[in-house]
Amino acid sequence: MKPIASLTAQTLVYYAFVLTMMVFAFVLGDSGFFSSENMLNIVRQTAPIVIMAIGFNFALSVGLLDLSMGAVVALSGLVAAMLLPNYDITFSVLASLTIGAAIGALNGILTVRLAIPSLIITLGSLIFLSGFVRYISGLESIPILNQSFLKLFGSGDLLGIPTLLWWVLCVSLGVYIVFQNLQFGRHLLAIGANADAAYAMGINKNKVRVMAMSLSGLCAAFAGLLYAGRMQSARYTMGESELLTVIAAVAIGGSSIFGGQVSIWGTVFGVWLIGMLNNGLILSGFSSNAQMMVKGIILIVAVSITVKARKL
Amino acid sequence: MIRTQLDQVALNVVDLHKQFSINEALKGVSFTANRGEVVALLGDNGAGKSTLVNCIAGKLEPSHGEIQINGRAQVFSSPSMAQASGIAVVYQDLALVKEMTVVENLFLNNEIKHRNVILNRLGWLDKKAMLKHGQKLLQRLTNMAIDLNMPVSKLSIGQQQVVALIRAVNVGADIIVMDEPTTALGNEQYNHVAELIRLLSSQGVTILLVSHNLVQVKALCDRAVVLFQGQSVADVSVSECNEMELLALINGVMQDETSVRLACEYAR
Repeated sequence: MKPIASLTAQTLVYYAFVLTMMVFAFVLGDSGFFSSENMLNIVRQTAPIVIMAIGFNFALSVGLLDLSMGAVVALSGLVAAMLLPNYDITFSVLASLTIGAAIGALNGILTVRLAIPSLIITLGSLIFLSGFVRYISGLESIPILNQSFLKLFGSGDLLGIPTLLWWVLCVSLGVYIVFQNLQFGRHLLAIGANADAAYAMGINKNKVRVMAMSLSGLCAAFAGLLYAGRMQSARYTMGESELLTVIAAVAIGGSSIFGGQVSIWGTVFGVWLIGMLNNGLILSGFSSNAQMMVKGIILIVAVSITVKARKL
Repeated sequence: MIRTQLDQVALNVVDLHKQFSINEALKGVSFTANRGEVVALLGDNGAGKSTLVNCIAGKLEPSHGEIQINGRAQVFSSPSMAQASGIAVVYQDLALVKEMTVVENLFLNNEIKHRNVILNRLGWLDKKAMLKHGQKLLQRLTNMAIDLNMPVSKLSIGQQQVVALIRAVNVGADIIVMDEPTTALGNEQYNHVAELIRLLSSQGVTILLVSHNLVQVKALCDRAVVLFQGQSVADVSVSECNEMELLALINGVMQDETSVRLACEYAR
């Protein structure tokens, strides 16, 4: 029974992806859903969310959660937008990424040192940062005019493929390699699955946990750059509502919300699945309310399947 | 085993104390273990065995006293420091990551990395080399059939025990502390583990066995160190006393040899 069940948890997202496509193909027919333009549009729209979701996997892998991502995305975008007029692109980008990584590390240090659940710590920093981005932006959007920034993180393309898709593929592949082939990835998963065993084998679990949270913050900051690049401006609301999408996508993608197991490509397809659902539902004439309801159902179904697969 | 090697002291615990906030768990524990010796650590619940094991493992720092490895005093502030001195602990829960495969567990935090300098720096794993090395280790140490690519959760408890022991060997430990290793085992599985313990000891590995099972202690160990209320109260050659006498020591009935005999005769 177990192989079939775990197979389901890991591959569920691919079946769901194909099934959803088929349903929309049947329902929407020739309404333009299948045009390459629409597909690329979904990929562009979901690019920042994919990066967030991949970052979320770093936290999950060591058995922690990172809710602050939702606000780090906006902060990073705003920082870049505010620096770009006065500094060069490299500095602005590096500053944004560094701030993201530092916030992640701080979350990690607080979680480890105070021995308080990461859920609480990162909820606190989410609320704090949400306030902070409202404060520094004065509730205004900040436009970005720097063309090389917009090409690199937004509208540009390379070899006929949008740069946003390149970023998604490169980051996913990189993180996939970390978990599959690097010692660091093994240690992340070992801590998530059995922290005591990892510690007994001499792995510095606190250090690795802080590093995982820092990488999660880094990914959130990078997602913020892609958001800002795509929208050609930065706004304090960026990423705020995407946290739920991220959690749903990661859960349906086959990563364990209890730690110790991640599925990077599953995560990517999980986000694409939700993106496709949103897009298809709009084309079918449903409102955004319907989209939210569908997301909620996905989350519950996905997690219940994962939990069942673990128990068997 | 050459006699001179047997006489080398591998582990020397000198007057170890451990004070927790209100109670003193260890109040002076001293004993030695020679190379290739199998030494039993006996004691009732609360006698201080776990605290002692945790001190030797580097999980706890003793408040007073010394742990000497191969004649040199060591201070461990973390398990990795104890490991670096050649100590490995096989805990009762085995400290295996059940979701990971046997080979992943065998090389946890002791991974073989790629030969290429750049990839090596990145911490790129050489999975083939680990499989090959793991296979060799298994063949050398046990005749149990264990699939290296199997998740540990699918192994029997005996197999898990063997994997945990082999992992200890793989990290290069020459002192292995085993916490209640045979409690949950069936007969045949016990035999596999016992065989492995004997094999390791014949290769010069010192083994410290925390156990309640006096029959197994009699069968496996050379010597027994008895703890009573945080103190080491006896250090006896296992072949020279029977289970009753060991039991009397554990219960703190009498601590010198003649009184032990008397106590045992009384018990009979």
